[in-house]
Amino acid sequence: MLEVSDLSVRLQTQRGPAYAIRHVSFGLQSGDTLGLVGESGCGKSITAMALLGLLPENAEVTGSIRFDGQELVGQNDAVLRRLRGNRIGMIFQEPMTALNPVHTIGDQVAEPLRLHRGVGRDEARTQTIRLLERVGIHNAAGRIDAYPHQFSGGQRQRITIAMALACEPDILIADEPTTALDVTIQGQILDLIHDLVLERSMALILISHDLGVIAQNVERMLVMYGGSVVESGATRRVFGHMAHPYTRGLFGARPRLGAPAGTRLTTIDGTVPELVDLPSGCAFADRCAWAQPPCFTTRPPAETVDAGHEASCLRLAAVLAQDAA
Amino acid sequence: MGSGMNVNIAAADTAAATGSQPFWRRAMGHRSFVLGGVLSLLLVLAAALSLVWTPWSPYEMNLPGKLQPPTAQHWLGTDAFGRDVASLLLVGARNSILVGVIAVSIGLIIGTSLGLLASARRGWVEELIMRLSDFTFAFPAILSAIMMTAVFGAGIVNSIIAIGIFNIPTFARITRASANAIWSREFVLAARACGKGPWSITMDHVLPNILSVLTVQVTIRFAIAILAEAALSYLGLGTQPPQPSWGRMLAEAQTLLFQAPLLAVFPGVAIALAVLGLNLLGDGLRDLMDPRLARKR
Repeated sequence: MLEVSDLSVRLQTQRGPAYAIRHVSFGLQSGDTLGLVGESGCGKSITAMALLGLLPENAEVTGSIRFDGQELVGQNDAVLRRLRGNRIGMIFQEPMTALNPVHTIGDQVAEPLRLHRGVGRDEARTQTIRLLERVGIHNAAGRIDAYPHQFSGGQRQRITIAMALACEPDILIADEPTTALDVTIQGQILDLIHDLVLERSMALILISHDLGVIAQNVERMLVMYGGSVVESGATRRVFGHMAHPYTRGLFGARPRLGAPAGTRLTTIDGTVPELVDLPSGCAFADRCAWAQPPCFTTRPPAETVDAGHEASCLRLAAVLAQDAA
Repeated sequence: MGSGMNVNIAAADTAAATGSQPFWRRAMGHRSFVLGGVLSLLLVLAAALSLVWTPWSPYEMNLPGKLQPPTAQHWLGTDAFGRDVASLLLVGARNSILVGVIAVSIGLIIGTSLGLLASARRGWVEELIMRLSDFTFAFPAILSAIMMTAVFGAGIVNSIIAIGIFNIPTFARITRASANAIWSREFVLAARACGKGPWSITMDHVLPNILSVLTVQVTIRFAIAILAEAALSYLGLGTQPPQPSWGRMLAEAQTLLFQAPLLAVFPGVAIALAVLGLNLLGDGLRDLMDPRLARKR
């Protein structure tokens, strides 16, 4: 249904061109769930924005995004607008700011319906109440005319989910949907998204920096670093056998329950490279303990780790050999 | 269990929202808003009253009874032609409001449209609109208004247009700056992700969120327009005789300053109070409409 191949986005910055994402490829069928994981600035959100055609104006996109056979790269805005909110829905990170404070939540949830479906006022209201009830807003009929500030963060995220789902999209993109929420609410929201994806057989792209969230909610994952996909595959396989040194570093850096008190978290030395001066080779080479001279000059191709599990690392054989030893 | 907790959170939130004071309650407690509101209301009432009733006709001259001090018949005395000063002031208020309303409307409608357009289109459109308004800004407004009335003829219509034109860049700039801030908000991104186009985002999301800024600006520009009309009329370029105008009353009183000083005081005080009132009203509105002060979190 969605086929992204060799997608690169170049941003013109004051310090020169910067590649926000490089040669990203993945495919998505209805019902698929895909996770994008990586730290801030690794290109997760830019990838999502590129799918919606909502990149900043200074962005230059190459490669291809095919949605139901239709090429989206270079497509004009009017065509993309018909897809946004209609066939592709998006949930944002900050439910506190993703709703307009001056409009009632009912109007905002009904908006895509009225826009794409040409639904009349009364019909839109009925459907909106049903949507709000589905996402877990209690007494939806009574609260449809309330304003966003009258809701808590978790409820607002439910409302933005209702908004994204209004037109029953084929793909739902959730960009860090729980990052701004209390831990107690996070699980509820993720469960809701999970149920809705199943129930409507949508495809889900879940963006998160949280490995736990990814592990529990998606079947397939892409690990991104410095704008490139460094490892990809079925979530179970990737977690079962992490191949790329960066994925291993990321996994090692997460806090664990039950670790003895005083255990220090492992960190990855160095900092995320500036996108402006990315090395021509592997983006992670600077921070990688395995790096050898070719890593800095040659872009590593994706290599198979095991069936349906790939990693882009020139030293892959050596890394895996160590595991075997 | 989880859903039960949600209900409680919802109830608490709703209570907090309705528990904060309503707009009018807060407004009544705001001193400069109340004072400004009263003064502005007086201006409007004076103008409205003059439409149906004035103590004397503002056009009726009575040379034997000229330059009278305030009396029971003529509450504020008479001017050099024996006209009733109180009546002149009432009708003059109408004149000031007319100038303010039309001149500000010109600036508001054209300026805001240009600002919204600049903000929605960005790129060369924004550049062009902003450089044009810089260009207009580079000339002192009152001098340019004098120049325009000198070229196109003195009179109320020309001075209204001149004042109005110089309101355009002010509104264009303020609108663009506030609109740009709204465009970078996440709810606009969310609206775009819903497939809304720039035009409907401008009308549904940008404009409603900058209305408070514009309202404040309207009151301030209104005061400035009244002042500008008074200045032009004082110079003989604005309202023409016999139509009463506060500015011209001031100019006429100037020559008689030593014989009848009160003649200059009354229109001067009227102008000062009107401008003061509108400015206070603007300040008050700005405070009251600031959501950070309005909504207790």
